[in-house]
Amino acid sequence: MTDYQPAHVGTVTKYVVVESFTVTPADLAVRAYEISQGVMIKETCFGLVIMGREEEVNRITNEVRKLDPDHIFVKDRGFPPGDPRRCRANLGGARPGFHGIEYEMTILPYISHALETLATRDAKTVPAPADVRTRPKLDIYTLKKMIDAQEP
Amino acid sequence: MAKVFIYPATSLILTDMVTRFGHTPLSSAVAIRERIQTAGLESVPLQITPEEPKKGLRWAAVEVPSGVRGRMALYGPMIEECEAAIIINDADMAFGCMGCARTNELIKFLIRQKEIPILDLTYPKDETEGVTFVAAIKRFLSELEVKQ
Repeated sequence: MTDYQPAHVGTVTKYVVVESFTVTPADLAVRAYEISQGVMIKETCFGLVIMGREEEVNRITNEVRKLDPDHIFVKDRGFPPGDPRRCRANLGGARPGFHGIEYEMTILPYISHALETLATRDAKTVPAPADVRTRPKLDIYTLKKMIDAQEP
Repeated sequence: MAKVFIYPATSLILTDMVTRFGHTPLSSAVAIRERIQTAGLESVPLQITPEEPKKGLRWAAVEVPSGVRGRMALYGPMIEECEAAIIINDADMAFGCMGCARTNELIKFLIRQKEIPILDLTYPKDETEGVTFVAAIKRFLSELEVKQ
């Protein structure tokens, strides 16, 4: 085993994911470059990766989010951008964490719609979701329907 | 501002929601960042060294596979630190090998053992469910603020 000397100690890295009709990752990158000071910004297919001091990264993500607040989402990342242990340029195929983002990006339009709706509607007036831990018992009508649906 | 454990711990949606509504999400990215920014022995790709399964003994017994204990070294401290939790129950993206599956079960078990506010949800499948999903998270997090 060899010694490990970490790079970029004391920095944070964040993803900015955009799912918008009006703002593209390129727009985000231009805006981020305009206001950035001493951070690393990488444009990706789904948004940006920003690395730097925590206060600076938070300031930029807050500013960038203002472009389309209900359609821009921010998430922490452990590795810095382009890290050879994670970057697909070195490994081939999609970066391991991309599959999670890819899956959740299919749900982001529902979340954006909800954020827009809740801007004008009180969250307390929305009914609570069904309790996901209670499994309803199979009633006789559903059972009959399932039996009838069987091929002879 | 409460520390909220999120499950799946890599969730973009939950990280964003918790931050957006004024709290601190505890996600796996933070635990991984801590490890890859600490000097020690080279252990690619996640800097999980042989020390981690030993640390994991705090949350899992010695006969539990080292893969689970190593993962628990990441999640265990966050579970102890958290003041609330949001769990998405049908998270297919948390699917992985048997080590991941058993760790996920242990994480949910340990969270439910703690007497903290927990919000159980499933991923929304349409716009109506989306509104219910976000409203539930918003309400849950605003009530946390009141309790604090």
